[in-house]
Amino acid sequence: MTTQFFGYPRPDGRVGIRNQVAILSVMDNTNPTAHRIADIVNGTVAVSTPYGRGQLGYDRDMTYKTLAGLVTHPNIAAVLILSLSMETADILLKLVEPCGKPVKALGLQEVGGTLDMTATGARIAADMVRTATELLRVPCSIADLVVGVECGGSDATSGLASNPAVGAFSDRLVDEGGTIVLSEPAEFMGGEHLLAARAVDEKDRQRIVEMVKRFEDVALSQGLDMQKTNPTPDNIAGGLTTLEEKSLGAIAKGGTRPVVDTLEYADQPTKKGLVVMNTPSAACESMSGLAAGGCQIIIFSTGRGNSIGATEVSPTIKVTGNPNTVQSMPENIDLDLSSIITDNESIDQAGKRVWDLVCKVANGKYTTAEVLGECQLSVSRWGLSV
Amino acid sequence: MNTLLKMSEEDNVAVCLADGKPGETLMLTAKDGGKLDPVRLMEEIPFAHKVALEDISLDDHIIKYGEIIGIATQKIKTGQWVHVHNIEGLRGRGDKK
Repeated sequence: MTTQFFGYPRPDGRVGIRNQVAILSVMDNTNPTAHRIADIVNGTVAVSTPYGRGQLGYDRDMTYKTLAGLVTHPNIAAVLILSLSMETADILLKLVEPCGKPVKALGLQEVGGTLDMTATGARIAADMVRTATELLRVPCSIADLVVGVECGGSDATSGLASNPAVGAFSDRLVDEGGTIVLSEPAEFMGGEHLLAARAVDEKDRQRIVEMVKRFEDVALSQGLDMQKTNPTPDNIAGGLTTLEEKSLGAIAKGGTRPVVDTLEYADQPTKKGLVVMNTPSAACESMSGLAAGGCQIIIFSTGRGNSIGATEVSPTIKVTGNPNTVQSMPENIDLDLSSIITDNESIDQAGKRVWDLVCKVANGKYTTAEVLGECQLSVSRWGLSV
Repeated sequence: MNTLLKMSEEDNVAVCLADGKPGETLMLTAKDGGKLDPVRLMEEIPFAHKVALEDISLDDHIIKYGEIIGIATQKIKTGQWVHVHNIEGLRGRGDKK
């Protein structure tokens, strides 16, 4: 019998583990109003990017896709869209309406000034929250979970302890029918052949190799030594000497199962199992892509310590295998995996502890990032503004 | 008690699981739990850093997790600290032709 949890079924068939109302600002000009409404109305989360104007082509399309993905997300019950005018609000309305959730939109130029928009928007959001909070959690299968796996502030304990433990969790979730999204291909470099060999389809095998090559070419074509940037000074102080060593440790968090698909940034998985998403290596950008792709939870493995979580839309679970980090920043760590190093705990046993915590978070337990508000959204750019 | 952990059979480095002092002889365990020959540390090895399990020549591959993680930039002796001062990575090296 597969594991169950209590979640919120959404009209598009996905299942949420949280039940918030999203206040989406399509572009920079309405960001202050979106955040103001989110501050006034409990049970809401603001979704915004510091950009959104003067973007062209692929870059602009990716921003819209990412923003839409963040609010069609199964952890979101309803959406209020704000934009400078209804012309641009309509672009997002068209992307969001198909998910079947309640959606409304306001344009600043139609409503009046920012105080009018704040008042009108807050009334709409308040109604949405009162309705959303009538929804009940129902039994759902763990196979409905899509979990993103991320690392940051890595050191040598990441590859020894926290990432293998997350990998054991990843294997179990895949075996029970769920989905794991592994990201940051620049940090597969040195181990990408191992991941590529596990791809079920030839096209994904090639994509994995290409994703890594594209990053490597940035350094090669400019005559630069990538290893002067990655590993970072804190990685090095923590025992990681080369990018290859860091990558071999990083890949472990995806577990050992076959790779069934490769995705672009913010794509929603269409297959269950282990998938790879093309994201930048900066943690907040990477997690923003994972969240927009519909990951209900993100597991973030840190070595030396990294406090940040993804947007509130996707609760982030922070784990570490470094006993010093557990001592120095306990308020930012959800799960202490250091007994793998200090007490010879088996990876399997540690993986069970990761599993148990993921189930609790799916059922409603708050992560430290949720409790302290250590949440950051960074929608990646793919071109220059004009 | 401090030990060294060898991640794969083919590895020529192991990870120090606590701060290591020169002159200490540490137990070496394999990832699957098997006990291997102990290693005497020649230098201080910080927690989670690597120690050489055999003598390594200039340009030899450094193997961890059963894979190449870099090459030696100088001769390294068994029990010495292995890090940025004596090895370097090979990937993304646009500075090398």
